[in-house]
Amino acid sequence: MGILDFLKRKPEPTATVAKERLRIIVAQERSTRGAPDYLPLLRNELLEVIKKYVHVDLEAININVERDSGHEILELSVALPDHAQAKSAG
Amino acid sequence: MTAEIIVVTSGKGGVGKTTTSASLATGLAIAGKKVAVIDFDVGLRNLDLIMGCERRVVYDFVNVVHGEATLKQALIKDKRYETLYVLAASQTRDKDALTQEGVEKVLEDLDKEGFDYVVCDSPAGIEKGAHLAMYFADHAVVVVNPEVSSVRDSDRILGLLASKTRRAERGDGAIKQHLLLTRYNPARVAVGEMLSVKDVEEILGINVVGVIPESENVLAASNAGVPVILDENSFAGQAYSDTVARILGEERALRFTEVQKKGFFQRVFGG
Repeated sequence: MGILDFLKRKPEPTATVAKERLRIIVAQERSTRGAPDYLPLLRNELLEVIKKYVHVDLEAININVERDSGHEILELSVALPDHAQAKSAG
Repeated sequence: MTAEIIVVTSGKGGVGKTTTSASLATGLAIAGKKVAVIDFDVGLRNLDLIMGCERRVVYDFVNVVHGEATLKQALIKDKRYETLYVLAASQTRDKDALTQEGVEKVLEDLDKEGFDYVVCDSPAGIEKGAHLAMYFADHAVVVVNPEVSSVRDSDRILGLLASKTRRAERGDGAIKQHLLLTRYNPARVAVGEMLSVKDVEEILGINVVGVIPESENVLAASNAGVPVILDENSFAGQAYSDTVARILGEERALRFTEVQKKGFFQRVFGG
């Protein structure tokens, strides 16, 4: 990159970046709103267990608490990688 | 209860809650309503300064809650409007000075005194003071700046309003939520440096009740202890007038959200 490149560069539309970041974080926070406080911990521990068998990221685990009349449903989904490489369970 | 309780809240500090509370209360009084505006920020009294009545505070909100003064003694009558009263925050450091029962009693007494509106100026954060300020509300004005942390915090506040208020707990129908975008700079929005009204509305899934442009008149008004809504020449003051009218049910188009080309006279004389 040349020294004078910054003169040519247009200012980044930072508002677009802000909007996209907010869209994602707000959606994520809404999905766990009002849910029990132990959910993040539960998510981390589940990740540890799942990692023993497949490589997944924290983002691959989705936890939702749905409220229906009189009962709650804990919904858990794990997106497995395309070529799930099973480790030896040892 | 016939008095309508309006909480002005935001989560994040420094976004314009007290400025908004002062202008909203004054605007409602201008519309002929009997209004009390209460500072819930125990320990950090500020509304009195913005309303310009700081030297007339004798008793405060906590004194009333603890029975050390009557409501009538503690209500400070505004110098400009007959039907406008201020209840100052206490400067005690005891954060538990306010109780839910105590706040409820004060609100009931204001209702008995014939107040039409009670504006509750919430402290920042989501601690006890903020909780108490919103708990009894019928309306909420959520003040947000076009800035990432403020938008995120206001989403949390919207969530709390929908679950942690008396209306929510009793199933009395939802609290009316009004989103107020403040410190808006159309010129920066135009060049993509600032979130637009539409961006904020889309992210939070709620339409704005008003947009207050960033304005030097806001600081000038707080310097002078005059709510900015009374500065009729300023865009911010006019935008607050529009906002109050909308909260009272009037339809008014948004103003000051586009870049203004200053005319010759405005350039020379300001405006």
